[in-house]
Amino acid sequence: MKEQAALKPLLAVRDLRTYFHTFSGIVKAVNGVSFEIGKGEVMGLVGESGGGKSVVGFSILGLIDSPGKIEAGEILLDGEDLVQAGEARLREIRGRDISMVFQDPMTSLNPLHTVGRQMDEVLRLHTDLDTKARKQACVEMLESVGISRASKRLSAYPHQFSGGMRQRVVIAIAMLAQPRIIIADEPTTALDVTIQSQILKLMRAQIAKKDASMILITHDLAVVSEMADHITVLYCGNVVERGNTRDLIEAASHPYTRGLIDSIPDTSNRHERLNQIPGSVPDIRNLPRGCNFRDRCPRAQALCAKKEPALTPQHATLWAACHFPLKPGESA
Amino acid sequence: MPMTRFLSSEFFHNYKRSASAIIGSTLMLLFAFAVIAGPFLVAQNPYDIAALDLMDSYKPPIWLEGGDPRFPLGTDGQGRDVWASILYGARISVFIGLVAMVASCTIGTLLGLIAGFYGGIIDSVIMRIADIQLSFPSILIALFLMSAVGTGVDKVLIALTAVGWVVYARTVRGSTLSEIEKEYVQAARVAGLPNSKIIRKHVLPNVLTPLIVIGTIQVGTFVLIEASLSFLGVGVPITQPSLGLLIKNGFDVLFSGLWWTSVFPGFAIMMLVFGINLFGDFLRDELNPRLK
Repeated sequence: MKEQAALKPLLAVRDLRTYFHTFSGIVKAVNGVSFEIGKGEVMGLVGESGGGKSVVGFSILGLIDSPGKIEAGEILLDGEDLVQAGEARLREIRGRDISMVFQDPMTSLNPLHTVGRQMDEVLRLHTDLDTKARKQACVEMLESVGISRASKRLSAYPHQFSGGMRQRVVIAIAMLAQPRIIIADEPTTALDVTIQSQILKLMRAQIAKKDASMILITHDLAVVSEMADHITVLYCGNVVERGNTRDLIEAASHPYTRGLIDSIPDTSNRHERLNQIPGSVPDIRNLPRGCNFRDRCPRAQALCAKKEPALTPQHATLWAACHFPLKPGESA
Repeated sequence: MPMTRFLSSEFFHNYKRSASAIIGSTLMLLFAFAVIAGPFLVAQNPYDIAALDLMDSYKPPIWLEGGDPRFPLGTDGQGRDVWASILYGARISVFIGLVAMVASCTIGTLLGLIAGFYGGIIDSVIMRIADIQLSFPSILIALFLMSAVGTGVDKVLIALTAVGWVVYARTVRGSTLSEIEKEYVQAARVAGLPNSKIIRKHVLPNVLTPLIVIGTIQVGTFVLIEASLSFLGVGVPITQPSLGLLIKNGFDVLFSGLWWTSVFPGFAIMMLVFGINLFGDFLRDELNPRLK
């Protein structure tokens, strides 16, 4: 971790707090999240639904709508704090430096415009290319995401594409302006399994080619373990564990991460009941004192109810926020 | 090519099988023709005092005793041909209905987009004004405005627009709210598009369909409101008689047996609004995916 911090990270999020001031109380969707991504790295952002993963993504882009607000923290893109940046500057950054791929390819394209027009829009906004060059760039981009007869397809409407192809188009649009960071919010969740792995491979190839970085937001550890260099696990808006993918998957030290990994179905052991984490995410408007996970944790003790655990270094590259972390080989 | 595509479309297929759509659109086409070609269809210009002859006053329709072949639907007290008056009056009625509709639609859509997209206090202010307006009958508001600003075609247009924008604002705001939740709007924001462009290029085209129906039916409503205002004497001036004013002028002598000066313009309004509503209903059924 130390060597990484010495290299200046491309994107550093420090103690980010994004709260939603709703009628029924303050929802601390992101409550002190920090992480760093270097150039060309893929970071997995993992957690259950409602864990604040997507809010992190939207916070980075400055797209938190009222009643939400970034209360504190820094989002440093190459040293520039995006939390302090004005809307005009953020608009420049969006799409050109940081772009996003959404979950549902069925609704992330405008049904009334051709694919070509929607691609062209991004280029017109962020580049000085002329019409011909823009078209050429769109065709090349579509071809590189595996869509054949690309020049013809530019004049097609989204409904003429299948779900997998639409997601390819969405990825093509996200890559068009050659952004440095792509935030992929559950990019394969809405796709069927055979298409999922194609899309994942495609995304990995695309970012490797452009030397871009990626934040992969997902609840699916299997997806993340295939793609990511390192992983940050969120629970109730807090980072509970982070570290290199291999260390984390092989021997996570936080009981929550371990629970997530254990709940991946193991096909070699068909007759055993699928493991699950008992209980569900607590109401984040009204979080208990101490560790948020303690009500569902098999290792919880009296201390967990009193004191909130801080992120501390564990074995290998792992950092975890737990009073009683698991050692490698130890089981929850 | 576009024509063959239209002829084989589901829309045209349903149109052919819907009697109300055919009747409605035929009536609308007849009125469109009458409005455009009207002055060329009749010999007399009813606004040209020199063309009028008091000797011709109160001639009955042609099929009654004393009818004059020059005036198929009879004449009024000034010797004005009722048929010619209707053709000229329909022009004014249709013009007012169309222009007021376009103005209402433009203003209402704009306000609805702003309210839906930005939300917050702007939304509250716009929609509360709309709510207050909707709690009164529109004829009452129009009557109130007309008595405040005076009569005239331009004043009628202002009053109708002030009454009519509300339905568009509400509809557009509703669709905008559901549209901006969709990921393509998020995607446009993520791509760095300014709000004005997102509204114009991504939200607006997706909220327009229901407005076609509202706009069509509203032309009919506006024709009726304008007729009511003119009948009550606060609408168009006597020099530009719309269908409503024709009814009013004839109404004074209606019970003296000179019924034609009032009844024929009334019948014309009825057919106009009837046709518009029939066709509007058909459009609503066609364009609303939930009714299919």
